[in-house]
Amino acid sequence: MIEYQNILTRVQVKAPAYPGVPLPSGPWRREGPPFFVYWLGKIGDTQVGPFYIGTTGLASLICGFIAIEIIGLNMWASVNWDIVQFVRQLPWLALEPPSPKHGLHIPPLNEGGWWLMAGFFLTASILLWWVRMYRRARALGMGTHTAWAFAAAIWLYLVLGFFRPIAMGSWSEAVPFGIFPHLDWTAAFSIRYGNLFYNPFHMLSIAFLYGATLLFAMHAGTVLSVARFGGDRELEQITDRGTASERAALFWRWTMGFNATMESIHRWAWWFAVLCPLTGGIGILLTGTVVDNWYLWALKHGVAPPYPMVFPEVIDPATLGGVAK
Amino acid sequence: MRTNLRDILAPLAALLAAVLLTGCWERPPVTSVQNGYRGLGMVGVYNPRTLETQMPGNAIPAALPEAAPGAPLGTTVYKNIQVLKDLSLTEHVRLMTAFTLWVAPKDQGCAYCHDLADFSLDTKYTKVVARRMIQLTRDLNTNWKSHVASSGAPGAGVTCHTCHRGQPVPANIWFTDPGPKSVKGPAGGRNGQNLPAAAVGLTSMAYDPFTTFLTGKPEQIRVIAPTALPVSGASTRNIMQTEATYSLMFHLSSALGVNCTYCHNSRSFASWEGPPQRAFAWYGIQMVREINTAYLEPLGKALPAKRLGPTGDAPKANCATCHQGAFKPLYGVPQLLDYPELAGPKAIPVTSAAVPDAARKKPAAKS
Repeated sequence: MIEYQNILTRVQVKAPAYPGVPLPSGPWRREGPPFFVYWLGKIGDTQVGPFYIGTTGLASLICGFIAIEIIGLNMWASVNWDIVQFVRQLPWLALEPPSPKHGLHIPPLNEGGWWLMAGFFLTASILLWWVRMYRRARALGMGTHTAWAFAAAIWLYLVLGFFRPIAMGSWSEAVPFGIFPHLDWTAAFSIRYGNLFYNPFHMLSIAFLYGATLLFAMHAGTVLSVARFGGDRELEQITDRGTASERAALFWRWTMGFNATMESIHRWAWWFAVLCPLTGGIGILLTGTVVDNWYLWALKHGVAPPYPMVFPEVIDPATLGGVAK
Repeated sequence: MRTNLRDILAPLAALLAAVLLTGCWERPPVTSVQNGYRGLGMVGVYNPRTLETQMPGNAIPAALPEAAPGAPLGTTVYKNIQVLKDLSLTEHVRLMTAFTLWVAPKDQGCAYCHDLADFSLDTKYTKVVARRMIQLTRDLNTNWKSHVASSGAPGAGVTCHTCHRGQPVPANIWFTDPGPKSVKGPAGGRNGQNLPAAAVGLTSMAYDPFTTFLTGKPEQIRVIAPTALPVSGASTRNIMQTEATYSLMFHLSSALGVNCTYCHNSRSFASWEGPPQRAFAWYGIQMVREINTAYLEPLGKALPAKRLGPTGDAPKANCATCHQGAFKPLYGVPQLLDYPELAGPKAIPVTSAAVPDAARKKPAAKS
C-alpha cells in the first residue's frame, strides 16, 4: 500500500467489468457493455458504463438541452451569428432576466422572455435530475444522503432565481445566465444591499464553505497518511478500530486536542457541505425582502464595530442643496 | 519510495498554465499605501511600473516668457474679440501662442483656427470651438473651484493643456455607444451590457455609463439603500442599475489611477465616513455633466461630420478627459499661475471702451 504515499492516484484495479446489482423490474435497463479507459483510471475508476438513462434522466437531459440551446443561441445572436466573436466573447455574453418594468409578468421574448423560458427548462432539468438521483440511490438499496445534499444546492439555486424574485415582485432581481455577467451580478447584489459581508447568514455560509474544504483536506490527508496501516478500510474501522484509526485519532488529539471518528468525520463533512448553501440561501432570501442594507443593519445591532475617525468630517454635498458648486 | 519526475512536473505545469490563462494578471511589484484606520483595508494600491510610464505624459511644457506690461487692450487693435476682452495686446499674443503649443497641430500653428488672410473671421469651426473652450476654462476656474481647486492651493485649476496635451482633440473623449451590430428579430438583446468593454475595465457591465450618467437627464448614481430595513418606496434602484453605477465607478477608478478606497469607506460605499476625496469627486461628476450639456453637446452643430460620433453626437468629456490616469490632472502642478488669464476675466480699466462681458455669464444659451 506504499503507493498511497504519492500525491496522485497510483493504483488501477484491473478486474472483469462489473454490471451492478440486479435492477428492480421496470421499462429501463442498463445499456451498453462496459469498457475501460486507462486515463480515467488516473483520476477515478477505469470502468465506464453500463449506462442507465431512465424516464427522469431522459426528461432531464431534454430539458437541460433546451435550456442550454436557448441560452447559447441568444448569446450567439447577440454577436450577430458570428462564430468567431461567439467564441472570443463567450465569457462576457449572457441571457439577461427581464427589466424591472415587467415585474412578474411575462415579458416579450427579447426583453427577458427567453430568460424566463430558459429558467423554466433549466429548473425542470435540475429537479428531474434530483428525482433520478433519489430513485437510483433507492434502486441500489442505498441511503439518499447524496440526493439531499444536492437538494441543498437546489435550494440556493431556487432562492436566487425563483423564490426571492417572487418575494421582491420582479424577475429582474434574478441572476443572468452568463459567465462574467453572473459574477458581476453577484458583486452588484452585494453593493446594492449595503455589503453582503455584514449578512450573518452569508458569514455562516462562508464558514461552512471554507470549513468544508478544510474538513475535506483534513480527512483525505488523514486517511491517505494512515493507508500504510490499513486506514483505507475506513468504514470497517468505524467499529473495528485498527492501528490506523488509533494513530489517526492520536495524531489529531496531539495536534488539536480532539479528534473525529471514522464515522463522525463523514457526518461533519456532509453537514458542512449541506449547510453552506442552506444558510447562504436563507441569507439571500432575507436580502431586500427583510433587510435592505446589511451594513446599516450590522451597525444597528452591534455586529459592525465603530472605528476611530481619521478623516475630517465629510458632508454629503448632495444635502447642501446647491449652496456651493 | 520511488519519486517519479512526471508526478512533480505535471502539477507544476498545471499551475503555470493557470497563471498564464488568467489574462489580467498584473506583474508585481504592487505597493500599497495606508490611507485610513489600520486593519480596514483603507489602502491605495499602486504599481510603480505603471506610475513610471505615466510620468512623462504629465510633465507640463515650459511656460512662455511673461507678457510685457503696459500694452493697450487687445480690443483696441483686434476685431471680433468676444471673450478675451480683458487682455492687453501682449497678453493676447502670449496666450494665443500658448494655445498653438497646447492644441494646434505642429504644422499648422495659427492657421489651425484662424483664416490667415483675416484673423478676425470665424470661418473655421476650430475657432468657434476654441472660443467656447476659453469660456469653458474660465467658467470652470471661476465657478467650479469645488472641484478644480478643491485643494485651495494657489494656481489650482485647469488650462487648455490639462485636457489637450498638445493634441487638437484630447485623447480621452467619448461618444454615445450604439453597441455592436446585433441580429434583427426577437433574440440576442444585450441590454446595453455583456461586452468586453474597455471603458468599464473589461467587465460585462453596462458599456456606456457616460450617456446614462454624464449627460442631460442623468440617472441617479446612488443605488444603496439608505435605511437598514426596507422602507416602502424609499429605494427603488435595482441590480441592473447597480451594475451601471459600478461601470461608472470603474471609469472613475481607471481615469484617476486609484482604487475604490481612494474615495470610499471600505466597509460601506454609501457611508460618508471616509476620505474627503469623495466629496470632490461628487462635484466633479456634477461639473462633467454641465461641461457636456452646456458646452460640448451644443458644439456638435458647429463640428464637421468627421468629429462626430457614430450616432452623430458631439465628442464629450468624462473624468479621464482631464485626469488621464492621474489622481490630479498633471499631478496638480499649478499651471494656472503661469497663465492667470485663464482663471477668469480681469477687471477691465474703465478708460477702455469695452463693455462688461455679458456673454461669459450664461454661455449655455448661445451656440
